[in-house]
Order: sequence, then structure tokens, then C-alpha cells
Amino acid sequence: MQGSRCKVSTALNPEPNTLNLFNMKNWPLWEVFVRSKNGLEHRHCGSLHASDATMALENARDVYTRRMEGVSIWVVPSKEITASNPDDSAELFDPAKDKAYRHPTFYELPEELKHM
Amino acid sequence: MQNLIQYIYGIADNALILGQRLGELCGHGPNLETDIAMTNIALDLLGQTRSYYQYAAKFSGNEATEDTIAFLRSEREYKNVLLVEQPNTDFAYSIGRQFLFDVYHLLMLEQLQNSSDETLQAIAKKSIKEVSYHKRFSSDWIKRLGDGTEESHAKMQNAINDLWTFTDELFHQTDADKAMVSEQIGVDVTQLKEAYYSIISDILTESTLQIPDLKYFQKGGKQGIHSEHMGYLLADLQYMQRTFPNMNW
Repeated sequence: MQGSRCKVSTALNPEPNTLNLFNMKNWPLWEVFVRSKNGLEHRHCGSLHASDATMALENARDVYTRRMEGVSIWVVPSKEITASNPDDSAELFDPAKDKAYRHPTFYELPEELKHM
Repeated sequence: MQNLIQYIYGIADNALILGQRLGELCGHGPNLETDIAMTNIALDLLGQTRSYYQYAAKFSGNEATEDTIAFLRSEREYKNVLLVEQPNTDFAYSIGRQFLFDVYHLLMLEQLQNSSDETLQAIAKKSIKEVSYHKRFSSDWIKRLGDGTEESHAKMQNAINDLWTFTDELFHQTDADKAMVSEQIGVDVTQLKEAYYSIISDILTESTLQIPDLKYFQKGGKQGIHSEHMGYLLADLQYMQRTFPNMNW
């Protein structure tokens, strides 16, 4: 990589970054989240490779919203995501299974609030 | 009527031929995302082409349809500029051609949305959103490749140098253009030249690319006199319709 010219990409100012450009094997992986027109939250819909945040956003627009899947896109470098370890699933999630008292179903709404 | 039809050809043929060139990249892009992006642009352009041709077909007579207009004209009846028929020599050429056209295309559509012809106005308004994205996409790639490695910079400069000679034609007016301008239907493209070169120069400078200094520019596409590439391009484009007349998918 001979790049002696490159711009630094920051979160607030995602200028095209050329540092990674030419060796596509070095292009980082990005996770793509899209919010649909009627949705309230961004949903994970896939991933892609790009050399910088601007390219990641444009590629996500081209690959993941071409059939009107959504109206808002987030891209996050995959390395920024910390995921729970599947091996820990038992201790992390099983205990919640038998604690019904944590669900909001144990009291009756007064008449006046029934149509809240 | 003939003036309006020729005027429409001048706009729509650009989209058809450029869409065809981009279609050639399908499956051959540098990577998956760029392959999809370039062919998405092709689909946008072909969608615009269809709108224009459907409109022109209405008063062309001879049972003209969007398909006969797209596939069955002879070479000299196509009025696209030379720029859009240039081949996909390498990615720098493909994206350079796109960039040099997109800047013009957006400027032109911004004026066309004020046309006194309601159909052209409507097509322009819808197309502007698509072309705004095209321009953003191609400009970003010029910056990446220009202000990139020595190799990308050299290839990008080479492509810009070669394609520069085709930029002036964008601002030529045919007789049909002049007639439509006088009826407030058409865009006076001569007025776009200054803004065009200013925008292009800014982006090239930002990309650390040299702005070519040319004294002689190619022309002829708008009169139907095309480069040596057009014959081969039309052979691909027209082959199916000519071999199997009235074929349907």
C-alpha cells in the first residue's frame, strides 16, 4: 500500500477514506441495519464490505434498500459489535424463563383504563 | 411535432445508451456492492428512457412504441452524445464517464422540471431524485480513486484525460433544441456550461486530479454521427428484437 494521501474518516464527517482502498482483502466488514417505513426500530438485515463509512452507507443503500425495504440506514463496523457468547446462553437467558411474575399480566386494569 | 420528438430523443437516447453501457457491467463489477450499484444506476436510467419514449411514441405515428423507438432505429437516428457511448475500458473509465455525465444530467433536469410541457416536467421531477444519487455516487468514487494510491490516481487521471474531449458536446444545441427552447419546453443547455465546468473542476481539484486543458472537442452524436463504438453497441442492443420481431419476455 503506497497511499501517502488519505483523508481521515470520522463518525461526524464521513469523508471517503482511501487508506484501505486498493487492497480489497483489507476492507472491513460492516453490519447493516435498516428501518422500514412503518417500523420503529432499525433491524439487522445483512453485512457488506466497504473501505469507509460513506461507501458502506452507499453500498447499503444500493444492496439492501433497492426493493423499498426501508427509509433509514445505520452501518456499524462489525468489530464494534460485542455479541453474547452462545456458550453462555444457558446462564444468561434460562433464568428468565420461569419468572412469570416479571411480566405485566398480574393485575387487572380498572374499568376506566381498559381502553388505554 | 418532429422538433419535440427529436428533442426527446436527444435526452432519452443518452439514458438508453448509458444504461446499455452500464448493463454490460452486470456480473463484471469490481466487487458485489459496486456491481449492484452500477446496474442500479442502469435501471434508473432505463426507467427514465421508457417514460420519455412512451411519451414520444404517442405522436410519432407509424404504430411507434417505446420498443420500436428503443430497438429499431438506425444508427444515425440515435441522438445521444458521444460521451455515453464510450466503452467500459476499465473501472476508471466507467466511473469517469458516469461522473462527467451525472453533473450535466442533474443540471439539465433541474431546468427541465420548469418545462411548459407537463409530461417532461413530471419525468424531470421524478428523475432528479435518482440522478442526485448518481452524481453523489460517482463523485465519491472520483475522490476515492483520484486521492488514492499512485495507481488509482494514474488510472483515474488517464480516464478523465481521455473522456474530457467529449464534454463540450453536452452544451451543443441542435435545431430541434433551439425550437423547443423558444417554446419554453426545452432546456437551453448552453447556459449550463459554466456551472458544469465549475462543479467538475472543484471535484477534480479535491480529488487531486489535473483538469485537462483541451483546445479541440469531439462532437457529432447529437446529429446522429456517432463514434466507432456505436455500431457494436447497437448490434448488441438490437439483436434480439431484429432477430425475433415482436418478441415478448
